[in-house]
Amino acid sequence: MNLFAGLGPHAFFVLAAYGAAAVSLAALMIWIALDYRVQQRRVRELEERVRKR
Amino acid sequence: MPLIDYANPHRFQRLAAWLIPLLGVVAGTLIVLGLATGWAAPADYQQGQMVKVMYIHVPFAWLALGGYTVMAISALGTLVWRHPLADVSGKAAAQVGAVFCFLCLVTGALWGRPTWGTYWDWDPRLTSVLVLFLLYLGVLALWRAFDDPLRAGRAAAILALVGFINVPIVKFSVDWWNSIHQGPSVSRLGAPTIDPSMLYPLLLSAGGFFVLFAVLHMALMRNELLRRRARTLRILQAAEAER
Repeated sequence: MNLFAGLGPHAFFVLAAYGAAAVSLAALMIWIALDYRVQQRRVRELEERVRKR
Repeated sequence: MPLIDYANPHRFQRLAAWLIPLLGVVAGTLIVLGLATGWAAPADYQQGQMVKVMYIHVPFAWLALGGYTVMAISALGTLVWRHPLADVSGKAAAQVGAVFCFLCLVTGALWGRPTWGTYWDWDPRLTSVLVLFLLYLGVLALWRAFDDPLRAGRAAAILALVGFINVPIVKFSVDWWNSIHQGPSVSRLGAPTIDPSMLYPLLLSAGGFFVLFAVLHMALMRNELLRRRARTLRILQAAEAER
């Protein structure tokens, strides 16, 4: 808490900037990880179908 | 092995499998170190604690320009050398670059309100960065407009190359025109004008975000290669079913 209290009257702007960066980058990383799983599964399923023929 | 051999899609996938986690740890460590030392650094004599926004805003601005440069070089690879990984790299650079450009605008607005008294002004630097963001969105829209990734790649590459003219405009806008934005203080001819107690945390943080950009770029390229592999398999299956 002392860390934030030391930010003075502009604490909102500093914390909002760091918060926006953390949320946006985390969202991008989660989307990339989920998309990777989806694409991997799709390729595995399609290759499986090709092998069965 | 010559560097060009790593541009083979299969070799790239194998390389990405161990480079992404390794560089992810490097990026995380550098960012934490940079931001921690930045938060411990003294407040600026004019801006007070608002200077803490610099440790993220400046790397985002550099990477917004850096991302566009990667996209333009990839566009040359698509249009001139017809390299198989070039448009994959261009699309990935557009996706990561757009996020960093958005963050540059948001953190800049939040830094501007207490220091300039406004979130936004139609100033040369701010406006040219907004144009850069719109160019990113335009390239991403072109990628979504075509079903065929090769056609989409060529259209996006043309826009990326034409839009590259905006990169030097962003960089030199504060020198060429009157601007409320401050001039360059690190990337300038001569020594940086920032005190070392703030410069070193900024360089650490920027280094970390550069590595993070590389990791995200590589991860998005890996996803795109899988997406194209799935597309090829679907087309092959459809062709077989028609026989």
